[in-house]
Amino acid sequence: MKTIHTDTVIEAVKQMCIEANLQLSPDMKAVIAKAKQEEDSTLGKQILGQLCENLEIAAKEQIPICQDTGMTIVFVRFGQDVHIEGGGLEDAIQEGVRQGYRDGYLRKSVVRDPLIRENTGDNTPAIIHYEVIPGDTMEILIVPKGFGSENMSRIFMLKPADGIEGVKAAVLQTVQEAGPNACPPMVVGIGLGGDFEKCAILAKKALTRSLDEGSPLPHIRKLEEDLLKEINASGIGPGGLGGKTTALAVNIETFPTHIAGMPLAVNICCHVNRHSKRVF
Amino acid sequence: MEKHIKTPMTKEIIENLHAGDYVYITGTIYTARDAAHKRMYDAMLEGKEPPVDLKNAVIYYLGPTPAKEGQVIGSAGPTTSSRMDKYAPLLMEHGVSGMIGKGKRSLAVQEAMKKNTCVYFAAVGGAGALLSKCIKRAEVIAYADLGTEAIRKLEVEDLPVIVVIDSSGNNLYETAVHDYRITHGLE
Ligand code: SF4
Repeated sequence: MKTIHTDTVIEAVKQMCIEANLQLSPDMKAVIAKAKQEEDSTLGKQILGQLCENLEIAAKEQIPICQDTGMTIVFVRFGQDVHIEGGGLEDAIQEGVRQGYRDGYLRKSVVRDPLIRENTGDNTPAIIHYEVIPGDTMEILIVPKGFGSENMSRIFMLKPADGIEGVKAAVLQTVQEAGPNACPPMVVGIGLGGDFEKCAILAKKALTRSLDEGSPLPHIRKLEEDLLKEINASGIGPGGLGGKTTALAVNIETFPTHIAGMPLAVNICCHVNRHSKRVF
Repeated sequence: MEKHIKTPMTKEIIENLHAGDYVYITGTIYTARDAAHKRMYDAMLEGKEPPVDLKNAVIYYLGPTPAKEGQVIGSAGPTTSSRMDKYAPLLMEHGVSGMIGKGKRSLAVQEAMKKNTCVYFAAVGGAGALLSKCIKRAEVIAYADLGTEAIRKLEVEDLPVIVVIDSSGNNLYETAVHDYRITHGLE
């Protein structure tokens, strides 16, 4: 049994919100730098150069990488032998987000009601996904998600007969429609299997997997590689202005599904693919 | 072609801009995004004057992060323009002649651009820290209650943008990707 105080959670969540918005993870930075080297469109190379320069300024001067500092998505993996002291875990996470967006000078981009659209003023509520795991550790993963790219994401309730070709066609169509709106180069997160909502959550989670890893399943890893090649043959390029860097990576997560279905979610993220994790 | 221009965005300037030009803008521009557009649009439909003089004005689709002490503005990159498509034609009729954002525009917007001699620029999406360096002054001048979505008057110096749709209707999003595909044997 491990006891974690809510003050620890609040402080950690706050710091994660701030740092995720100021610095990308090393794998993200590396893949953007590599794309800049390899891009063969002049304008595309210039745009990727601006992105690298932007990352440097953001880190050095502590200015958020992008003005859309996102809606805050949180993945909690909660060990069943953990005890939270000092109040509710959910409240602590929301308070951490509130303090992070306030003290980190991050943009407040959340409205209370989807139709009335009054800003909540502190970027809460965050969207929190919980998973209970064995043991006495807790893991919190913070994902500030921009909506230029979120708006271009899609769900397809494919049929089993659609097969791998159906998956590819749906992904390529989504990327094509996203085009310049999603601030390419993109990272494409895919959830395949499960049901309607499971595939969407998997797709978001896929965005947070290190770009160095690749799926542990050989046939899915091959699909990731094939899709990346096909997406980059679209010519959409950096900023949607032509080039070979349309996507930086394709990450796929899978889950068992029903005999009658093959749900597919394509969560588009831009090159500002942010996440920050702590294990308690 | 690289060009340096100064606002106001007059007809003469616009007619010399072509899709694909890399342009550095200096002078006064205004920010407005979803909520400010809706409010201006509703006011105009009721026959009221918009809160800023839109004649030859450039609107930057931007909702910045808050400025820290000593900063002019926080991160300041473009938001997706298509969400403003519903409102843009009426704003052009009230004088707007330049728009800065990112992403595709509707056919109705493209038609209105030709009719009103207007230009659409893209700034690089996700380069808000870099772009903020070109903003020398920022002041909320209307709809302060909208927070990040308020209308701000900005003084910019050499703000780097790309002409995506010019006033003759040439669209770089279509031609650049098409040309890239042809020259790289992807068609
Ligand atoms: S899509 Fe990404 S890079 Fe583009 S504005 Fe939104 S958060 Fe920023």
